[in-house]
Amino acid sequence: MAERALMKGNEAIAEAAIRAGCRHFFGYPITPQTEVSAYMSKRMPKIGGTFLQAESEVAAINMVLGAAAAGVRAMTSSSSPGISLKSEGISYIAASDLPCVILNIQRGGPGLGGIQPAQSDYNQATKAVGHGDFHILVYAPSTVQEMVNTVFKAFDNADRLRMPVMILGDGLLGQMMEPVEFPEIEVTQPDKPWAANGMRGKRGKNIVNSLYLQPDKLESMVKGRFERYEQAKRELPEAETYLTDDAELVIVAYGASARIVRSAVESARELGIKVGLIRPITLWPFPDKIIRDIAKNAKNILVVEMSMGQMVDDVRLAVECAKPVSFFGHTGGIVPTPAEVLEQIKGIAGGAK
Amino acid sequence: MQVVYQKSPALTDATLNYCPGCTHGIIHKLVAESIVELGVVDRAVGIAPVGCSVLAYEFFNFDMVQAPHGRAPAVATGIKRAVPDTIVFTYQGDGDLAAIGTAETIHSATRGENIVIIFVNNAIYGMTGGQMAPTSLVGQVTQTTPYGRAISAQGYPVRVCEMLATLDGVEYAERVAVNSIPNIRKAKAAIKKAFQNQVDGKGFSIVEVLSTCPTNWGLTPAEALDWLKDNMMPVYPLGVFKDRSAREGK
Repeated sequence: MAERALMKGNEAIAEAAIRAGCRHFFGYPITPQTEVSAYMSKRMPKIGGTFLQAESEVAAINMVLGAAAAGVRAMTSSSSPGISLKSEGISYIAASDLPCVILNIQRGGPGLGGIQPAQSDYNQATKAVGHGDFHILVYAPSTVQEMVNTVFKAFDNADRLRMPVMILGDGLLGQMMEPVEFPEIEVTQPDKPWAANGMRGKRGKNIVNSLYLQPDKLESMVKGRFERYEQAKRELPEAETYLTDDAELVIVAYGASARIVRSAVESARELGIKVGLIRPITLWPFPDKIIRDIAKNAKNILVVEMSMGQMVDDVRLAVECAKPVSFFGHTGGIVPTPAEVLEQIKGIAGGAK
Repeated sequence: MQVVYQKSPALTDATLNYCPGCTHGIIHKLVAESIVELGVVDRAVGIAPVGCSVLAYEFFNFDMVQAPHGRAPAVATGIKRAVPDTIVFTYQGDGDLAAIGTAETIHSATRGENIVIIFVNNAIYGMTGGQMAPTSLVGQVTQTTPYGRAISAQGYPVRVCEMLATLDGVEYAERVAVNSIPNIRKAKAAIKKAFQNQVDGKGFSIVEVLSTCPTNWGLTPAEALDWLKDNMMPVYPLGVFKDRSAREGK
């Protein structure tokens, strides 16, 4: 039977990473994700792994670059301001076709912002987590259990597609305790014949590089990467749907927000309002087809986020502006309440009649 | 026919992209020879920086990783921690190591990472066309100090070996130059010793190599060698600044 434990999100995700074969973690303290580092610092020495507290977020992501280049499963974690610092390294890692996992336990921004939960790094994660033409995979779990399960998927897809994967959580998911089961998964890691870890008399030299001074070569490298992104778009988009079959109002929300919306949807259903929830699990690639298909039968779409509305543009594109898309949210570390969302639902449902 | 000299097998046949009179080629050779002589080519991983030597990954004939500007010591740390029996070195210029990458340099040193840093100091930014470096001399005219580096405005040159020698994590720090045959021989010995230290698991070793940039100094190659001797050496004296094992009698 799978092992069951009551754990904080940040600690559960750290344990899951170890079980997914990660033995190299490079971190830097920042609230509200510091427990990830603390957990790794306790566990890694006992299993022959490496936990290293870097001098900066910048150094930490470049240590990940080095470890990934040498062919091992490597991970770093941070919170919003720290991810900004890592963005240079993430661009280089993507451009060097290296796999790694990056955890962002989001807090309020911009600037130093606050330390309470937020979802205001959506655009950064899905659109521009560094300079240049590239994407990373972005997963948005909404429970501690899902965070655990996502880590295995994240490492597997990072290795398979040779690209960075971000798990986008928030302070709520990182800090809350929930029961979790660690899946009994036999982890198999693929060979990495491209790794720079010594020729060992077996092959010629390997170069891990992101520099292409010839424009045509650089363009072809970028285009090759975009073919893999197309593969990701075909294979990976994931969303959970809840009570959407007859929904006239469809709410789109991810991560912690989706849990609040789910409560509000249940309350609204008790009032006879036909409302449902789509919870994107992958934010990049975005599950636009799932949303578009469900939206066809709906009258209204509402997006709920802990931000000023960043995913709302992607939802509008997904429904091709065929249905009105409105937004409700809080930012700065304020978590919307189910009652607030219910009021929004009532307002839209009432107005639609 | 007897072979008395040949190009190091740890160098590729790619044409070097360095300017005439630049001493990067000599330093590449010394690194390649040291790695071959220690028998670690098959375990070697070099880190190319951002700067003139960014294409070093084309020139060395073993595994290479190209790092973001200044981050080579962090990348080296990641590789060495991931695969500890690799022989890892960074090859960095003065802007890369002593300006944008100062934190990575100091902290890899203070952690005592078992890596080698080859620090090429030519007192100027070469790749971008001759701007002031942290190691530019007082009074030195560069593209961004057109009236000469002024203490009041740009402060003083950074002495990297002296600074790192104060850190307990450092095993070995030596400054050498490649402006003459005797100095090139000494540079070779220092570089080889740094790699031997890593093979022996002794920890962080840095060799600072005073180097020339005739193009951006606006000098002929021969004049540049003299300028290095007359102007750089008084500010950057050659010598061993730290040799922990020797001091402890090991």
